[in-house]
Amino acid sequence: MTHTDRKVRIWGRPLLYTSYAQDMALFDTRAKKLWCGGLVLFALALSQVLVDHTLELLATALVAAIGAIGLNLVTGYAGQVSLGHAFFLAIGAYTAAALSGDPAGRTLGFGVTNLLIWLPAAGLVAALAGVLVAPLATRLRGLYLAIVTLGLVFLGEHVFKEWDDLTGGPGVGRPAAAPELFGWRLDRPGPLGSREQQLYLLVLVVLVVFAVGARNLARSRIGRGFAAIRDRDIAAEVMGVPLTRYKVLAFGVSSFYAGCAGALLYTVSGGYFEAGSFSLLLSVQYIAMVLIGGVATVSGSIAGALFITLLSPVTRELPALLPFISGDSTQTPNVFQVETVLYGLLIIVFLVFEPRGLFGLWLRVRTYWKSWPFSY
Amino acid sequence: MIETLVRGLGNGSVYALLALGFVIIYKATRVISFAQPAFMIAGAVAVSYLAELTGFYLAVLCAALLVAGIALVIERIAIRPMVGRPVFVIAIISLGIDVVVRVVANGFIGTDVRQVGDPWGFSLVTVAGVAVQQRWIAMFLTAAVLVGLLFLFFRHTRYGLAMRAAAYDQETALAQGVSVGMVFALSWGLAGGLAAIAGTFVGTGQGVDQLTWIIALKALPAIIVGGLDSLGGAVLGGLAIGVVESLAQSYQGEVAPWLGQNFAVVTPYAVMLVVLLVRPYGLFGTPEVERV
Repeated sequence: MTHTDRKVRIWGRPLLYTSYAQDMALFDTRAKKLWCGGLVLFALALSQVLVDHTLELLATALVAAIGAIGLNLVTGYAGQVSLGHAFFLAIGAYTAAALSGDPAGRTLGFGVTNLLIWLPAAGLVAALAGVLVAPLATRLRGLYLAIVTLGLVFLGEHVFKEWDDLTGGPGVGRPAAAPELFGWRLDRPGPLGSREQQLYLLVLVVLVVFAVGARNLARSRIGRGFAAIRDRDIAAEVMGVPLTRYKVLAFGVSSFYAGCAGALLYTVSGGYFEAGSFSLLLSVQYIAMVLIGGVATVSGSIAGALFITLLSPVTRELPALLPFISGDSTQTPNVFQVETVLYGLLIIVFLVFEPRGLFGLWLRVRTYWKSWPFSY
Repeated sequence: MIETLVRGLGNGSVYALLALGFVIIYKATRVISFAQPAFMIAGAVAVSYLAELTGFYLAVLCAALLVAGIALVIERIAIRPMVGRPVFVIAIISLGIDVVVRVVANGFIGTDVRQVGDPWGFSLVTVAGVAVQQRWIAMFLTAAVLVGLLFLFFRHTRYGLAMRAAAYDQETALAQGVSVGMVFALSWGLAGGLAAIAGTFVGTGQGVDQLTWIIALKALPAIIVGGLDSLGGAVLGGLAIGVVESLAQSYQGEVAPWLGQNFAVVTPYAVMLVVLLVRPYGLFGTPEVERV
């Protein structure tokens, strides 16, 4: 017992673990630690290199990554299929927008513009909604749950379309939450650069916090409980995992992530949003992020979110390359149709050929080089 | 009141046809196919083009066969390789199929409303002193005939027996010489054909546009209310959902205006939530027995 607790690192043998704590560490190899640090530095450096328009796109993708990590926690780690992610995103977005909104404005507002208040509040309200939905999850399994969460999206969409005071009504919309930190408006040019640069840095910081949080949750006792429930819930219960509590927890945490992502999403992109945005298509996009990125991986969620979010600006460029595709939404092969078809096809292709997603592709590459010159 | 009920039964029978498609696929493959809305739209679009050439009735038949064919091909390409994989994965694949097929079908609709060329339109007929739209009656009768034929098919033919056997236990059915692959294909084909016919009826009167597909998702509450694996439950669930929705459309504005206008559109989902809280496996579904 005692000698296995000694933490010994032998140079050149990164996979030799001499203690359980090493095996379960956040960064279990030195390479992983270095690369993660390098990636974060690279992402920070990007804010000084890229033009504002690209930074805004990247910031949107990073917010989507927060939401995707949330969905991955409940669907990937805990195995509870949720098609209702758009609903929780909406709750977060409206909580934040209402809290920070102008009290004298056309839509509901309380004038609390401090980011440190409305961001956690958005997450908490969404988490509360998640916990309220969770009793359904504990009674239902598999596809029944998927359909119920799908119903949630439709009911939510109805409520948001009708509640004009809060949402500004369909087709009109309302301004998103204003990011302010003790009097420092992040959405206006300031000490850290332009609006886009500041928002990008804000989102990057939030994403790193949330990603590390999710990774830590996944490697803890709770994360192992989630995995046990995903693999076989009855077996998990027999082994002493409290099923109800863990399912409620999974939905709560996932909704918290979704709420925070929803709160930031429209602040970063455009600053204005509308009740019709939170449709089934948004849920499908998040499902696509999780599946294309990699089920039950945090890095995969981020990769998937970047991939799916950056897909649409890339398809917008298609008419220049392929003249038969029109950029006008009234003509028939147009970029919006191509984009939607790509979502669908990518989901199918990844599930059939590489169920582990982009993360799986990375594993293949890694294994190839690790075992080179052997093919296994 | 009577008109409301008839409208509900008419719409409900369309939901019932769609719900039957879901249940047939679910019984055969244990998967809910989210591709049904796309097949429904494909059917309606096919009819709207074919009706100009062949007349309405022949067009419906051709469209049903065409969509069944498309469903067969898709099943062979995208679903069959996934046999034995988790049901969630297959369900999500069907979601992907839905997105792809629907965008293509919607491309054929364009920005306008397309008429399916039905002989009924909005014209009325007087039955026992009450004026009701002919199309509701046509929907109800067609659905009744199709449901009757389906039940005969399952009860009295070799293929129906094979499908029931495979639904009961795939491995045992395989051991008895039932081609389970054929059952999968047949279930997708049947569901596709039913969806196409349902789509045509959705399009009667008001025509089809880019957003018509959402109607097909109302069959999901119907199957949940009825129970995922019960054919009779699907029919009753579909009719019930149709009637409740129709009642809400007529009376919710007076009785409960605080629910907001257009609440009728989401009543199916509200009904579903209530039913599930009381009975987690629907009204007629069999509870899953878990073996550890």
